[in-house]
Amino acid sequence: MSSTAHTPTAAARAPRVFGVLAEFKNPADVYHAAEKVRDAGYKKWDVHSPFPIHGIERAMGLGDSKLGWIAIFCAMAGAFGGFSLQFWIHRFAYPLLIGGKPLIAYPAYIPVTFEPGILFTAFGCLLGMLALNGLPRLYHALFRSENFKKATDDGFFISIEARDPRFDLAATRDFLSSIGGTHIEVLED
Amino acid sequence: MIPHRDDDPTKRPVLVESSDFHEVTEIIAAPTETKLNTTWILLLMLSGSFLCLMVGLFGYLFWEGTGIWGVNVPVAWGFAIVNFIWWIGIGHAGTLISAILFLFRQKWRTGINRFSEAMTIFAVMCAGVFPAFHVGRIWVVYYIFPLPNQMAAWPNTRSPLFWDVFAISTYFTVSLLFWYMGLIPDLATLRDRANTKVRKFVLSVFALGWRGAARHWQNYERAYLILAAISTPLVLSVHSIVSFDFATSKIPGWHTTIFPPYFVAGAVFSGFALVSTLLIVAREVFGFKKVVRLHHIENMNKFMLLTGTLVGYAYAMEIFVAWYSGNIYERYAFWNRALGEYWWSYWAMITCNVISPQFFWFRWVRRNLIFTFILTIFINIGMWFERFVIVITLHADFLPSSWGYYRPTWVDWWTYIGTFGMFFSFFLLFLKFLPQLAIAEVKGVMPEASPHFHSHDSSNSSNSRH
Repeated sequence: MSSTAHTPTAAARAPRVFGVLAEFKNPADVYHAAEKVRDAGYKKWDVHSPFPIHGIERAMGLGDSKLGWIAIFCAMAGAFGGFSLQFWIHRFAYPLLIGGKPLIAYPAYIPVTFEPGILFTAFGCLLGMLALNGLPRLYHALFRSENFKKATDDGFFISIEARDPRFDLAATRDFLSSIGGTHIEVLED
Repeated sequence: MIPHRDDDPTKRPVLVESSDFHEVTEIIAAPTETKLNTTWILLLMLSGSFLCLMVGLFGYLFWEGTGIWGVNVPVAWGFAIVNFIWWIGIGHAGTLISAILFLFRQKWRTGINRFSEAMTIFAVMCAGVFPAFHVGRIWVVYYIFPLPNQMAAWPNTRSPLFWDVFAISTYFTVSLLFWYMGLIPDLATLRDRANTKVRKFVLSVFALGWRGAARHWQNYERAYLILAAISTPLVLSVHSIVSFDFATSKIPGWHTTIFPPYFVAGAVFSGFALVSTLLIVAREVFGFKKVVRLHHIENMNKFMLLTGTLVGYAYAMEIFVAWYSGNIYERYAFWNRALGEYWWSYWAMITCNVISPQFFWFRWVRRNLIFTFILTIFINIGMWFERFVIVITLHADFLPSSWGYYRPTWVDWWTYIGTFGMFFSFFLLFLKFLPQLAIAEVKGVMPEASPHFHSHDSSNSSNSRH
């Protein structure tokens, strides 16, 4: 058990504890540990892994992602925008009569209704994913840990944050140790 | 990223010849972390000079006008449109691999998706310059967009040329977003390995603070799934819409309903061919053999066999319909394609596109890198000829008085060759500065990534709370 080597930037300010970080050996260990953290009633915690672990959201007791709602909203907005643009051009802005063909030729509007729908959905997915995740965020207390660099390589971690109502520095640390965590670190914010 | 339906590692083909996540990181990150290599610098200088040549020739065109190209009535489309369709078609493999194969749970795609997505983006960039300059007055190219302008005129949105603008720009943007989203976790991997301040700073900015949190992965995977779901109809729509440029006209040989599926099949065919050409070289040079295995190459060859045969079927069906229609102009268009002044392009197309992929029926050919490499080159040439044959049909339409013979000029040739410089300049930069394979995704398909792999009591490991 090593505590962090970092010191707070302002000496006058007392270091605020961000939370406790523990490492696990492999996906199976972190999966089972996540089930135990979930059963212990923690809410402000997370699992960190270099790739998504299949089924971890169930082990953590997470609800469904809300991204689908953002995507469907963007898709409808894009498609509606694309169609209305064409309708507006031909009905009001610049009615261009070609060979007596109808101006409001909705079958011919399909491609430019479809494409903006796709375009808006793609932006909605990427930006919505970042927004739901609170990213971009260039600073995070977890980045203070040297060991945490393994989280994007071959390390599996669980972090429990101090703002969780059940958090108690000593008890949480012991709890993480008891469910198989190693390299337990207390991180300051 | 990919749901593990079958978690028994013995039943699956070995996609990654490693059982160690760290080794995978090392293999893929290594090329981005070594010093610049002389061969790479020389290649970049070479392709950079061709890029400069392209820019110079477009400058010449800007100054002189499109008359320096061989285009004229009746063949007003010429090389510009041939090259445009060829490049945009090449781009299709990337989206197919990242979207359609993802939806079909083809785990082997993870070995090659980043690579082919990068190829897609650069190919679409090469494609885009041609129609932009083909408009002639490039300085008013914004007329193609629905923008308020000084003439208070708006584009005719019922025209396939307008649909094209939306299809291509949407395709480029969505491919770029999809690619970048896939890169975020891998940029974080590189960030955490960075050993210089500048490198760490730049990678930190582009990795957006990714920390591999499961709550983040959950939204990320959902975003990836939705992007794949919308990119699937997108990739099919793009080349369909490109084919509408032809099919909605009334030129004999163009006005056919087979065009959209036939163009899409051809696009996928040529795209896989170029991915294969480049990947065969890259896996040798960069030592990716543990991650990009013969299995991957063989699967791509099967795709080329399928799409090449579809294209062959389309050629046959075109001829049959031309005969069956009883329309003399339609019949003549096909007679003229095969036996007219441009007979050589037609038979080059048939040889390269219909005959050469048939070798892939044999397993040993599919698994032979040299054969595959040669055949993919043939396919790329053949697909270029296909677009040439289609565009050149213009040279003899209804009235013999308006017939003509199209000859590309030296500017046409060198502009086309110059776009290779643009493609390879970007591609070389990608090879050096970004992870060429999707690190997180490759790890995700390793059997060790499953939460059941290390666990002996898998029976109660997936109990659900809801």
